[in-house]
Amino acid sequence: MKFEGEHLLPGQVGHFFVLLAFVASLVSSVAYFYASSIKENLQQAKEKHSWMLFARAAFFIQFISLLTVFITIYYICSHHYFEYLYAYKHASIELEPKYLLACIWEGQEGSFILWSLWHCVLGTILIFTAKKREAPILGVVMLAQFVLVMMVVGIYFGNTRIGSSPFVLTRNEINIPIFSQPNYLSFIKDGIGLNVLLRNYWMVIHPPILFLGFASTIVPLGFAYSSLSTKNFTDWVKPALPWTLLSCCVLGVGIMMGGKWAYESLSFGGYWAWDPVENAALVPWMILISGLHCMAVYNSTGNALRASYLFIILGYFFVLYSTFLTRTGILGDTSVHSFTEAGMAMNILIGIYVVVISLPMFFLFIKNYKKIPSIQKEENLSSREFWMFIGSLIFFLSALFIIAITSLPVYNKIFGTNYADPQDREFTYNKVLVLVAFIIGLLTAFSQYLKYRNTEKKYLIKKMSVPIGITVILTLLLAIFYPIEYTKKGPGFLIAIYLALFASIFSVIANGAYLKTVLKGNMKAGGAAIAHLGFALMITGMLISSGNKKVISDNRKTGLFIPFDKGPTGQPENPLENLTLLKDVPTKMGNYLVTYLNDSAAAEKNRTFYNLHFQKIDSTTGKISEDFILSPDAYRMKDNNLSSNPGTRHYFTHDVFTYISTISVKNSDDDTAKFKMHEMNLHDTAYYSKGFFVLNNVLKDPDNERFHFSPDDTALVADITVHNADSTTTKAFPALTISNQQINYIDDTLIRQNLYFKLAGLSSDKKFKIGIKESETLTDFITLKAYVFPYINLVWAGLLIMAGGFIISICRRTKAANYVTALSVVLIIGALFYMFLIANR
Amino acid sequence: MKTSSIIILVAIAAAIGVLLMYSVNFSTYDTISSAKEKQGKYVHLIARLDKSKPIQYDAIKDPNYLSFYATDSLGGSTQVIYHNTKPAELEQSDRIVLKGKMEGNVFECNDILLKCPSKYKDDKKQLEKTVSQY
Repeated sequence: MKFEGEHLLPGQVGHFFVLLAFVASLVSSVAYFYASSIKENLQQAKEKHSWMLFARAAFFIQFISLLTVFITIYYICSHHYFEYLYAYKHASIELEPKYLLACIWEGQEGSFILWSLWHCVLGTILIFTAKKREAPILGVVMLAQFVLVMMVVGIYFGNTRIGSSPFVLTRNEINIPIFSQPNYLSFIKDGIGLNVLLRNYWMVIHPPILFLGFASTIVPLGFAYSSLSTKNFTDWVKPALPWTLLSCCVLGVGIMMGGKWAYESLSFGGYWAWDPVENAALVPWMILISGLHCMAVYNSTGNALRASYLFIILGYFFVLYSTFLTRTGILGDTSVHSFTEAGMAMNILIGIYVVVISLPMFFLFIKNYKKIPSIQKEENLSSREFWMFIGSLIFFLSALFIIAITSLPVYNKIFGTNYADPQDREFTYNKVLVLVAFIIGLLTAFSQYLKYRNTEKKYLIKKMSVPIGITVILTLLLAIFYPIEYTKKGPGFLIAIYLALFASIFSVIANGAYLKTVLKGNMKAGGAAIAHLGFALMITGMLISSGNKKVISDNRKTGLFIPFDKGPTGQPENPLENLTLLKDVPTKMGNYLVTYLNDSAAAEKNRTFYNLHFQKIDSTTGKISEDFILSPDAYRMKDNNLSSNPGTRHYFTHDVFTYISTISVKNSDDDTAKFKMHEMNLHDTAYYSKGFFVLNNVLKDPDNERFHFSPDDTALVADITVHNADSTTTKAFPALTISNQQINYIDDTLIRQNLYFKLAGLSSDKKFKIGIKESETLTDFITLKAYVFPYINLVWAGLLIMAGGFIISICRRTKAANYVTALSVVLIIGALFYMFLIANR
Repeated sequence: MKTSSIIILVAIAAAIGVLLMYSVNFSTYDTISSAKEKQGKYVHLIARLDKSKPIQYDAIKDPNYLSFYATDSLGGSTQVIYHNTKPAELEQSDRIVLKGKMEGNVFECNDILLKCPSKYKDDKKQLEKTVSQY
């Protein structure tokens, strides 16, 4: 059958290039491995050279192919060719151009292609720089590439489909009758589009960085392979170090960018929640950090070579394991943001990845274990390498602890058990890692001052005494003037927080002092100290901002709403974090008086900003000390689903953070709700659906705090007492005035009870006519949560400083000339800034 | 480093690991009836919303009180009380994971995870919906 209006060419082009990349990456890998097996001597030099050229040609063919595939997907999405399932699932007509890139990596297939493109970029750099290691390293990279492309190749092998192609057609994937009509495309007006939660500039920046981090971990692994395969165990560490630094830097930044995204725009109420998806990315990073430190130890002393191998191989294994956790749907019940698309196919493909890459590496490592040189002499207790090794080991064990708990769904799957997350997931991790932070803080503080092999005690004491003194004073000042108020887990945990805080402040001070006194401000040599300072600053920020995070929307503190429905168990355990704001009614929230002013529509469909006026009034002087408007926003979806983004006021010392948790649903019959008329004498009682009211009196021209009538006016005011269902009473004063022969009604609104009262005049038998109108939602309201995060900026500042330290180290290790360094840093920052601009356009 | 010291280190690490794992108090997935037997114990329920019974939520009266009924595949049924706002997709969810504990006949819920007919799983449904709009 011929279908109308389909554009099949891009899909055919795309699929062809996927297949080409698939074949070319295999050819390139084989050719590289073959070339690396040829000994370097005169007779065979020519043969080796020709194999290398062949492998390179295949490499660039697959690079260009993947680039074409990427552009084709972009083309299909940007032209809204909904005959392709990928465009139908991830693009939509209203989607702004800036999110079209994000469409590509929203889906499994596109994100694999992103990952493989980074392999290409890194591979190109390696071709030009790796020299004699080019063949083995690129052999590994291209083998990994082959498996990655297999995930999106989408070809049939007998009856089983291998990988899922991004170019499949909607009508082939979904079997409903409509697709048997030749003009089916005219019925598909729009795609599903990018998930609204993901419509954020971080979705444009965060995945590429994170995938660069993941992709880059293959390079140290390639170096390790090159040495294991040639049995030349000693000289791979030095050239691999800058690559490991790069991996650690990019992956670390990528992970914390995810945290910043969660903090800025997702309503998780923070930047880290120990969600399995977050943990899955954190664990490879921690193991790589362990590997990095072991490599640094080896580079300076010859120790810890075996551990370097082990950590690099394990680090990559956990990259694959985290891919497995996040992409196979196994986390389904435990994570809020993993892929949900389950399937045996993905399990098998990732299994192949492990079998092809990680298992051979483990095998080579074990086989050569005895031959890998190691120093038999015990390390001196005062040596830097001993403590670095201990630090690496602790980091590694913490990573294992995290992944052991995160893997709970995997155990359930394997053993058929039904264990679930502990009651307080975050605390389960925090209570262990707060002690890790304490130890790591101390280690990163004083091990900088240690020298490799041996350190004189006098030197150490002399250099350390000032930083220790400063730290003790700072911690005491903090404890006195800004105590951590995290008491809900008992005094033991509070002490642990203080210990960790002491250690991380100590690390900041000690590393700062090290830069100043030992390195005399020589920043180029201080990459490690700067990175450690940044890390410690980040931990300090985390401890303070989480320890003293305050829920200012706590109902019980505002005293405005006393929940009378406590449920059968009495006091609820959870803090009551939601507060309802009625439109135009100022409500006290923490130190602020907050008024919900109005809504404003955003450029995007269904998106609304809610403008909240925050005022902080000094209780003694009555002056307004802070005055600002926050505009958290929410997407209201079909079926009244809600997806909200926070509004945050940034101060140097703290953030005021708020997001919408419920909005009022506008009921169409609101406006048609009519006044129900009651004809009443004084002291008569009438009923409404939730209670009754009494007409106490009708006053003529009253002059009280509510109305200021003079005897010249003609005004009547009814005095009504409303008895609510919860046996509280409220007063209402509807009024009626006559001026210029016109009757004006001044209705009274009881917002809390959703009641309108009207004094409508006198009936023929001299009774008062009282109108009452009730409605489910008479007024607009929003329910929100609001937090104060103190010193959150320390976290982000620490992250930037840490990344800066890494970059300085990379430049130093690669001996990049100064102008090259400067140029690359400027380029990277420029690129990020440009992306930021696009994103915010 | 000597082999002996490595072994000692590994042994210490393993011991710490075992201790840590014991210190983690894992909860379990339960059915409503087995949760009722484990009064006051923190469990996870996999259930669905009972649409025949009322959902009680009034953000003006108390934004932190939600009450609804849940049933599970084994026919168990319980009232659920959640001291938080009503998740917007509650009515549309096809499966809910409830974390909390039974107190008498009421499930005191700390956290709700909704499993909505995801667009990944239900392209067919979504497409049918989209197409049928025209």
